[in-house]
Amino acid sequence: MLKNRIIPCLDVKNGRVVKGINFVDLKDAGDPVEQAKIYSDGGADEICFLDITASNENRDTIYEVVEKTSKKCFVPLTVGGGIRSIEDINKLLNCGADKVSINTAAVQNSKVVIDSSKKFGSQCIVVAIDAKKNEKKWEIFTHGGRNSTGIDAIEYAKKMEECGAGELLITSMDRDGTQVGYDIELMSKISSRVNIPVIASGGVGNLDHLVEGIKLGKASAVLAASIFHYGKHSIKEAKEYLDSKGIPVRI
Amino acid sequence: MNVTIVDYKSGNISSVINSFKEVAKGKVKIEVTSDLKKISSSDKVVLPGQGSFKSCIDALNTINGLVETLNDFALNNKKPLLGICVGLQMFADVGYEETETKGLSWISGKVSKINNQNGKYKLPHIGWNEVNIVKDSKIFKNVENNSHMYFVHSYEFIPNDKSVISATTEYSSNHVCAVEEENIFGTQFHPEKSDKTGLKIIDNFISL
Repeated sequence: MLKNRIIPCLDVKNGRVVKGINFVDLKDAGDPVEQAKIYSDGGADEICFLDITASNENRDTIYEVVEKTSKKCFVPLTVGGGIRSIEDINKLLNCGADKVSINTAAVQNSKVVIDSSKKFGSQCIVVAIDAKKNEKKWEIFTHGGRNSTGIDAIEYAKKMEECGAGELLITSMDRDGTQVGYDIELMSKISSRVNIPVIASGGVGNLDHLVEGIKLGKASAVLAASIFHYGKHSIKEAKEYLDSKGIPVRI
Repeated sequence: MNVTIVDYKSGNISSVINSFKEVAKGKVKIEVTSDLKKISSSDKVVLPGQGSFKSCIDALNTINGLVETLNDFALNNKKPLLGICVGLQMFADVGYEETETKGLSWISGKVSKINNQNGKYKLPHIGWNEVNIVKDSKIFKNVENNSHMYFVHSYEFIPNDKSVISATTEYSSNHVCAVEEENIFGTQFHPEKSDKTGLKIIDNFISL
């Protein structure tokens, strides 16, 4: 039986790990390579690096981080943040990333998703969607949540599937950093609409939120940062808890 | 002893290289090349594969003489070869991803899309799944039955002769996830991404 995945996410800035509250107020908290190794040794099903300020800063540091991590961690490694082109993807994959997550570039030009999934295979193309709820719909935001687009997140999710995305990483901007739980409605609406796996992100504050993301949000995988990062819970604890709630996990 | 990872410019093989180098540390030389002479003279060959069946076959055919060299290595000289993911799928006679494409015909069978039961099962099949070992295979030595391996694929290999199947996994239906026929080994899952158990499989292959 296929297991639900737990994915710790490390937000990386200038080669160091940080985690923001609602995308601002960053705290420095460690070396990404060491952190990733701790997570993979602890049973993380995948590791995710998000290069958060990549859109407007020199991002060569992330390549070095990915290269070092991939020599120490033998679980899948996903890297996102500031990916603009096929060349960016190629470079990250060559450094040892197994998947890349594309956000802003996919909104601006869906051809990036079409071309990259053809060239590298859908299995390594994750489309990341940052969405915020308004009166009518969930709207997509780009550039790390700074720019509104007017695009409906659910329709867009379907379109990305058609373009060749292998997975969707859905972040609720309303919930990110709040620790009040995933936006379950958003996750379940998207998951029901598409036939590719959905990774839920944004808002985890306790282990019950992970359970909700899978049971109610119908996510195939749950991503979280703070609850693991600041030592509130270990990956092992999270897995044992999910297991006790009848969710299939790899233990 | 040396092990060659065939670099035929198809998909991302850095994880395969990293994992083999980690396991081989000092004891075995790991070469990454498309040089036909080096492939022929190596003791073991790893055939990775990412992307579609068609793109991998096309990429193999782009390198003049590569298919013949691999045929010679695996079928005539009968030296150990491990196919990973699409590397395994290419053993088949034919694949149906994108368009009907002729495979290497090393193990008779076809590669078809996993039946997702009208959307009941999401595709690709991504994540960790249990491996049910159905025959004594050298690459599963000291690997516990029902160990978890990392999968990412939408197509499955359906061999005609079921005796080649060394392990299966359950997703939508019970499908083939590892084969062994004499010197030819293949895994649908990614041992290079399957943590310590995956590295054990790589170690078993290297130690053959």
